[in-house]
Amino acid sequence: MEGSAGKSPALIWVVNLSAILLVVLWTIPTFGIFVSSFRDRDAISTSGWWTALSASEQSLVARAGAPDDAVPVGSEWVISGSVFDEGMSGEVTAFGSRAQDPTSNEPGEPLVLRDDGVLQVAEDGTYTITYAEQPEGRRGARIFYTTEVAPEITLDNYRTVLGSEGVAQSFLNSLTVSIPATIIPILIAAFAAYALAWMEFPGRVMLVALIVGLLVVPLQLSLIPLLKFYGVVGEAFGVSAKGYVGIWLAHTGFGLPLAVYLLRNYMAGLPREVIESARVDGATDFGIFMRIVLPLSFPALASFAIFQFLWTWNDLLIAKVFLGQSDNQMVLTGRLVELLGSRGGDWEILTTSAFITIIVPLIVFFSMQKYLVRGLLAGSVKGG
Amino acid sequence: MNPIVLALLTVVLGVIACAAYFFGSNWLLDRALPDEGPNAGRNINRANAIRPWLFLFPAIAILGLYLVYPVFNSIWLSMMDRSRENFVGLDNYRWMIADDKFRESLFNNAMWLIIVPAASTFLGLVAAGLTDRIWWGNIAKSLIFMPMAISFVGASVIWKFIYDYRGEDQTQIGLLNSIVTGLGGDPQAWITLPFWNDIFLMVILIWIQTGFAMVILSAALRGIPEETVEAAVLDGAGPLTVFFRIKIPQIAGTIAVVWTTITILVLKVFDIVFAMTNGEWGTQVLANYMYRMTFIDGHDGRGSAIALTIMVLVIPIMVWNIRNAMKENS
Repeated sequence: MEGSAGKSPALIWVVNLSAILLVVLWTIPTFGIFVSSFRDRDAISTSGWWTALSASEQSLVARAGAPDDAVPVGSEWVISGSVFDEGMSGEVTAFGSRAQDPTSNEPGEPLVLRDDGVLQVAEDGTYTITYAEQPEGRRGARIFYTTEVAPEITLDNYRTVLGSEGVAQSFLNSLTVSIPATIIPILIAAFAAYALAWMEFPGRVMLVALIVGLLVVPLQLSLIPLLKFYGVVGEAFGVSAKGYVGIWLAHTGFGLPLAVYLLRNYMAGLPREVIESARVDGATDFGIFMRIVLPLSFPALASFAIFQFLWTWNDLLIAKVFLGQSDNQMVLTGRLVELLGSRGGDWEILTTSAFITIIVPLIVFFSMQKYLVRGLLAGSVKGG
Repeated sequence: MNPIVLALLTVVLGVIACAAYFFGSNWLLDRALPDEGPNAGRNINRANAIRPWLFLFPAIAILGLYLVYPVFNSIWLSMMDRSRENFVGLDNYRWMIADDKFRESLFNNAMWLIIVPAASTFLGLVAAGLTDRIWWGNIAKSLIFMPMAISFVGASVIWKFIYDYRGEDQTQIGLLNSIVTGLGGDPQAWITLPFWNDIFLMVILIWIQTGFAMVILSAALRGIPEETVEAAVLDGAGPLTVFFRIKIPQIAGTIAVVWTTITILVLKVFDIVFAMTNGEWGTQVLANYMYRMTFIDGHDGRGSAIALTIMVLVIPIMVWNIRNAMKENS
């Protein structure tokens, strides 16, 4: 598509750099919560996620062995050990004995403690406290030290969120909403679309126009009348007005105009000869639909299925209105909003939950992008 | 029963029921009006007149109940009081016009309507123009398009993290404040900053919608006949001139479609405002205010009046869409 105008090397550089800038701007926000979801709670709240891969300095505290356990070495009594927990290692960059001044000494530099012991901490974390006489006491001295901590990747956040925040249950609830809410409208729309594309009857043009009009009706308008209606139906059958059947049908109703519109456009574009010759051979409309039109319309069916799945999975409003707030009905988006309210500053919970809510749509998106794009083009490029 | 099992069972039952309805009703029609025997000709004509409606019935019934009936019911409800019992005429509309929060919502919606479609379409156009010219264009397109798959709530969390604010003496963990302090500025609580917080919410929707605009516009750009571009280049037009003077006018129709599609979405924007500010700090919009009036304050009449306001704003686009569709079909 680039004419000869796009060939100068300077321009190619400008175009590539601008594109890189745009891509970086568009991916960084998501990347941020992705990285954060694997970081430790303290790390998230003390440093930006972009520092996640550089080592961070941490001030820690260890307790030395008790004076009672000091062993005689020559004329002196010595307590020794390592500031690091067993199996851990690191590099100490500073140490001290008082909380007010935890970095008073360099590694190897002797520090006189309050009980006259002399504390020395080496770079590798081993320490010795040397006493001239046998010391007494059950509590060991506190050693404050600063160390470089290698970046740590943890799955703890996922364990917490999936285990105790109800996110796992919500994940299942979201699936429960999305799967039927994707399949039911396809079934209903496919038949209607065929009738609108290939059958002759009075009022056909009007119906197509009506569908196009309904495409943009704001669903806010439907909430109160439908909730009222559900209340009446629920009372008549003695069931709750809020439940999965209600939301499946609501999603079906709201998705139907797009489904019929997309499928009709696609079916109308199928070659006339194929359908005419089947008619001449004596096939009924029902037979033509089942055996010829439906299989040929697979790309359009896939496009709509992806739209509807993303839409139902990502929806918040309809779920809030037509489902209850109990654990066995709350979907992921609703849960995330609730966590935003109750765990406002706990970014390790929020980023992890957010990532769990977007992972399924992202997988669907990247694996079926072709159909998504095709559907968008069919639904939007009119006139040109 | 486990809900997910229930869901799968429903899918299976739904498919069977649907198939049974269509198969059964067609079979019944064929039995009632056989295409053989003495009245074969008349029967075939009658069956052909009835059959489309068998195909259409479920769709029409659901559309009628879920979209058409609510429009008229809402008009009625908007003239009822809080409990839907007493007729109050235009009182809800009078209240609406006098209400400060409603005016704020209307003003904010107008801002969203001006800024979001314009910015998304413009950035989408730029992204399409750039990615069509590079060898890794498809990867770039994928990544810019990706936010489209993310829920508005998910996107709100993502951006709230970027806008995060800590006190001045603390390390800023929000990207935006970190950049601002890095450049020597003072950190700000962006979400509560009057006027600008609206813009920060809009950025989220622009971030999501740019990919959509890019995909559609990129396809339209590729559909432009080569000759028009080549002729312009031969006449000495530079790349920017070609883009803005030759290509843009040829895809004006598509730009209009993208613009109106995003406009519709903007009118209904709810999740982002609900999750980010819940309409506080001067960020209220119509859809969120409607939710608040109806489900928090419990006033169905006022809620319906606000919902109808959104509907009225959508009508011009609806008419335009219908006219375009009719033109195509004829």
